Amino acid sequence: MTAPPAAGATADAAPAPRAGGRRPGLPPTVRYLGGRVLTALVSLLAVMVTSFFLFRVLPGDPVTALTQGRAVTVEQLEAMRRDFGLDQPLPQQFLDYCLGMLTLDFGTSYQYRVPVSDLILERLGPTLLLAGTGTLIAAVLGLVLGTRAGWRRGSVMDRVDTGVALTLWSVPSFWLGLLLIVLLASGAGLFPTSGMSTPGVTGPLNVALDVAHHMVLPVATMVAVVYAQYMMIMRSSLVDEAGADYLTTARAKGLRDALVLRRHAVPNALLPTVTLIFLNLGRVVSGVILIETVFAWPGLGSLFYSGLRVPDLPIVQALFVVFAGSVILMNLLADLVYPLLDPRVRT
Amino acid sequence: MTAPAAPAAPDQPAPEPAGPVLSASGLHVTFAGRGGRAARAVDGVDLEIRPGEIVALVGESGCGKSTLARALLGLVRPTSGQVAYHGRPLDYRSRELKRFRERAQLVLQDPSGSLNPRHTVYDAVAEGRRIHNGATPDEQERVAEALSRAGLRPPERFLLRYPHELSGGQRQRVVIAGALILDPEVIVADEPVASLDASVRGEILRLLMRLRDDFGLAALVVTHDLGLAWNIADRIAVMYLGRVVETGTVEEVLSAPRHPYTRALLSVLPEAGQEPQVLAGEPPDPTRIPGGCRFHARCPVLASGRAEAAGVAERCRTEDPGPLPAGGAADAACHWARAQAAGG
Repeated sequence: MTAPPAAGATADAAPAPRAGGRRPGLPPTVRYLGGRVLTALVSLLAVMVTSFFLFRVLPGDPVTALTQGRAVTVEQLEAMRRDFGLDQPLPQQFLDYCLGMLTLDFGTSYQYRVPVSDLILERLGPTLLLAGTGTLIAAVLGLVLGTRAGWRRGSVMDRVDTGVALTLWSVPSFWLGLLLIVLLASGAGLFPTSGMSTPGVTGPLNVALDVAHHMVLPVATMVAVVYAQYMMIMRSSLVDEAGADYLTTARAKGLRDALVLRRHAVPNALLPTVTLIFLNLGRVVSGVILIETVFAWPGLGSLFYSGLRVPDLPIVQALFVVFAGSVILMNLLADLVYPLLDPRVRT
Repeated sequence: MTAPAAPAAPDQPAPEPAGPVLSASGLHVTFAGRGGRAARAVDGVDLEIRPGEIVALVGESGCGKSTLARALLGLVRPTSGQVAYHGRPLDYRSRELKRFRERAQLVLQDPSGSLNPRHTVYDAVAEGRRIHNGATPDEQERVAEALSRAGLRPPERFLLRYPHELSGGQRQRVVIAGALILDPEVIVADEPVASLDASVRGEILRLLMRLRDDFGLAALVVTHDLGLAWNIADRIAVMYLGRVVETGTVEEVLSAPRHPYTRALLSVLPEAGQEPQVLAGEPPDPTRIPGGCRFHARCPVLASGRAEAAGVAERCRTEDPGPLPAGGAADAACHWARAQAAGG
């Protein structure tokens, strides 16, 4: 007989004071935030160092590449090398690079002869527009389909939706892009084949419509290829939640199935998805290099591609840091938002 | 347990005149099992829960007691047979089911799992009332009242807490408060204390008994723990492989068990003071319920030859003793026990 009912009935009734576990010094929230920010800064530093060496390991000499097919003297080559700072010993180059990065001076592009920061700012808008729109649509589509599939796991709808999503996920984006161009742009002539705008279009409304028209195919390509990951994460985390006792409790209290899903299952299943969305928001900046290249979209992705061919070291180094930095930043934001969404992380 | 208490003790309460709140008759629940074999989780059960009565449903894990509990609340639809609420068969149309679920509440084993981690205590307790009454101005008052009825006092200190900030016992009290806010007639509690510390169990069980005594609440408590059943229940139903094999008042069943299965369960309690009787044979598998008496392959009475001596061994192997009626009189679905009773 395990439970002698003679035990005092009130001992449990008083809420346990939560004095234990608190360490002296900083309040826990500050410790949490400080820890996350510190981790992010360390990651960023590591990325900076990696970026310098990574692209110097690449084969190819920028000076040779830029002067290919032209008659240049040895003195001219020497002058270019000096100009780019490539005549310095490696430690000196590294030091200059670090000082530049820390003062946000990314140097001058070898091929365009303009400051890298100007190039990045100019290309940032188009990338944010394309990849931001694509990520947003893909996330919403994936979450809706993933919820449907996870709640009715094993149904015909689940199997069809999951199958379609995984098929598209395994399609290379450049191939799908080219296919769409061949079929709908150069074939049916419904959409422009490349670029972001038609020269000569004026007026804010016309320009907006023109850009939207140019966006359809690249955005469609991107959404088709990436929505599966949102769908699969949402589906599996909903399947995890679907067996939870609190759903049975809610049902037993008389809550309709649709409301059990909306009020209980979805908000909890969304938690793991939040991290994924934030990570992908970070990747919005790096754009979709292949898609931008296929559609000649004037964004950071195609800038990176053009920088990589030379290699235009200031461009690729700076972009690498910017791409990685935005992922780190968004990851940090996800960590900071998470406690607001999940009370269990708060204490 | 040599000297059985008199089967009809003089102080035994007269049978309740009121009809059962919740009853099952001829209830079968079959699941499509692995490899196409059907699992007969509940295989013909008659059971009654009367007002102000705590019924303990006892059995090993996998005997179908949780499925029976869920079927009684309309969470699982029976394959055949019916569940009746105040004598009327349960109506599975959503509007009718919702009305029923205002009156019958569920308490699950693991309070950590049965509370939504992102809802405060207030949200968790108020949910039932919001479902059935909408948001009313006296909501906060009612939540506080339910919390203090469940023993969480002062209730104000708990309203904005999250489940992870509470102890296991406090969480289970929150779950019970969430059930009490609707003033239910009957609570079905599936292993309500199995996941709690021993020190907290007694408190939760006392709470259930107080609710019965003070508010006339009826309850079905599902448990694998005979000691727990002894402490809180008025009546007991012992379940084996989807069927109730022995039923009666707690005193009748636990002090004078008739069914060899009940005897075996009791013999392993440390207080039994007798040689523990470990059951031989395969553990029960609801996809393969043996013919004849479903317990015969593991039955110590049959194995020891006592059934043979009583002349029922053949019937044990070939004849199903049949389901027990829900009436409440002490009875066991056992050829040998019946032969013993008939033979004196």
